[in-house]
Amino acid sequence: MLNIKNLKVRIEGKEILKGIDLSIEAGEVHAIMGPNGSGKSTLANVLAGRAEYEITGGEILFEGKDLTVLAPEERAREGIFLAFQYPVEIPGVSTSYFLKTALNSIREHRGEVELDAFDFLALAKEKMKSLHMDEALLHRSVNEGFSGGEKKKNEVFQMAMLDPKLAILDETDSGLDIDALRIVADGVQQLRDEKRAILVVTHYQRLLDHIVPDVVHVLSGGRIVKSGDPDLAKKLEKEGYGWLLEESGAVAGGGN
Amino acid sequence: MARTAVVKGKIPPWASNHAEISRRRLGNGSTWFDPVREEALRRFEALGLPTTRREEYRFTNLAPLGRVDFRRAEGVKAPIETERIEKLLFGDRAAVELVFVNGVLDEALSSRGDLADGAVVMPLSTAIRERREGVEEHLGRHIGMETNFFAALNTAILDDGLFLHLPDRCILEKPVHVLFHTTTVDQPIAGHPRNLLIANRGSAAVVIESYAGEGETPYWTNAATEAVVGEGSRLTHYKQQLESENAFHISALDVTQSASSRFVTFSISFGASIARSDIRIDLDGEAIESDMNGLFLARGDQHVDHHTTMNHAGPRCESREFYKGILAGRAKGVFTGRIVVCKDAQKTNAFQANRNLLLSDDAAIHTQPQLEILADDVKCSHGATVGRLDEEALFYFRSRGIDPEEAEKMLIGAFAGEVVEKIDLPLLRERVAALVSARLAGGATGKETA
Repeated sequence: MLNIKNLKVRIEGKEILKGIDLSIEAGEVHAIMGPNGSGKSTLANVLAGRAEYEITGGEILFEGKDLTVLAPEERAREGIFLAFQYPVEIPGVSTSYFLKTALNSIREHRGEVELDAFDFLALAKEKMKSLHMDEALLHRSVNEGFSGGEKKKNEVFQMAMLDPKLAILDETDSGLDIDALRIVADGVQQLRDEKRAILVVTHYQRLLDHIVPDVVHVLSGGRIVKSGDPDLAKKLEKEGYGWLLEESGAVAGGGN
Repeated sequence: MARTAVVKGKIPPWASNHAEISRRRLGNGSTWFDPVREEALRRFEALGLPTTRREEYRFTNLAPLGRVDFRRAEGVKAPIETERIEKLLFGDRAAVELVFVNGVLDEALSSRGDLADGAVVMPLSTAIRERREGVEEHLGRHIGMETNFFAALNTAILDDGLFLHLPDRCILEKPVHVLFHTTTVDQPIAGHPRNLLIANRGSAAVVIESYAGEGETPYWTNAATEAVVGEGSRLTHYKQQLESENAFHISALDVTQSASSRFVTFSISFGASIARSDIRIDLDGEAIESDMNGLFLARGDQHVDHHTTMNHAGPRCESREFYKGILAGRAKGVFTGRIVVCKDAQKTNAFQANRNLLLSDDAAIHTQPQLEILADDVKCSHGATVGRLDEEALFYFRSRGIDPEEAEKMLIGAFAGEVVEKIDLPLLRERVAALVSARLAGGATGKETA
């Protein structure tokens, strides 16, 4: 589904990704781990189409199509969803209005009929129920005054509503307490199926206790230095990144 | 300060002529009204059109007004588009609705429902001719003729408008609506609508003033409203400025509040090529509450200026001022928020905020609070912000599949919404929200006109 080849990315003249190769198939869950500044979030945001990143080499193919020529909204309509590390507060725009507009943009692209307010609400309530979230969220302004946990839950709720082919979670576990982490993780687990690919970007292993990935990649200094099974994540949790960086020859601080 | 000294400007050649016509028409020989008009005549001739050398007009050049040979709007016959006017009406949702087309009451479009006992709602010209109660005591007594050329000119010419007089404890459930519609002809015309609102002790009412117009020819609306808000009374005042974008719109609102009264005013300004509103509220007693809200949208080459004064004369009063501006294209906005707290106005609470959204590089806003605080036990806060659409928010919308144009509309709508939701009348609130959306759909982002 997603094929990244030798991807190089710069921001403000500084090279962050120095040749990433990554391939994810439908039904798979991949985790990207790595120390701070390794380029994890850059990869997530480049896939979503954030403008300030400059692709200087390589390619990103999504279902065989060049993703880099598509605007962010076109990528979303093709089925890419980014759960933000820092979800944006939008005062004055209710979550239901925001999400109904988003969903209908995507449905239109898929050749499906628009949902009216009634059908939208029914669907939203159904999703909220299965995610154990409070319906009141629908009437509140998007993320405004939300706690960190509420914001991340809202990201998962949006993901469930928009039903993407490729879901990217950017540090979705950061700033969550145990209960919120469980709700978020359960939500992601529910979305796991053979048609969907999920890319989990995280600094810590704890989210991966709930969402057990098929493959774990370690990103350091702008390169994937190791890939392995979920045990790799456990080892990183216990021993840190130091051994790996030595083993791979990427010296600490190689991100600079 | 030399800057604040009144510099005499030009007097438009037609002004005295228009006033002379008015003299023959209204109150000629009246022992109380003639002196008011004579005084106004002297004032506007002494002041002349303000120039940008006057501090209060530094950012708003009204010199173009002096170069146009305006004909008196009153009575100018032009084919009216009834449909367009009807869209602005409240019909049976209003207690009384007065519609003036080119300065003359249009009986067919106006309507009158049931009024509470003793409430008087009539054209001001009728009040001047037929009664003295209220009108003699207040007409021309509250408006700032000393320094405001336009208010003096309005008083000297004085076209028709709304007269509202509520006796003690009279409460109007439904709003009173007055619409001034200008339909242009080939020659530019000028009208001077005048309203007088008097709410006696313990009374309550909602008044909506609407200004609209159409046509390619420039015209000038020079409106003035005086409001007297008696002890313990409650008056809510909305003004919708929906003039043609070829028009000039100048207005003055002068309000005198007595103890324990509550006044709310709302300025909605979408139209006109140049719009200037002077709003002054005198809190002349104890424990008064006063709210001044505003929303202005400008695009293309529109220029919109609000000059507000909240004058705290009595103690223990609270005022809140909240203005928002959205500027696109090459539009210019000006906001001046003066808060005066007099020596005796202890325990004053005064809050002011002006937030602006610029949608293009060429749009600009001059915003300045002016605080003059002479009392020592006062809480006063003010803040002005100028911003652009949040790029991070736009990306968030787009990452969910929403078009950037739609995302901008939603963000601008949300920005305006914070003021729109303060409109307590559901029908008016819906209409203003719809106008904001229509404006956005019509390219408020200025891309078409920039």
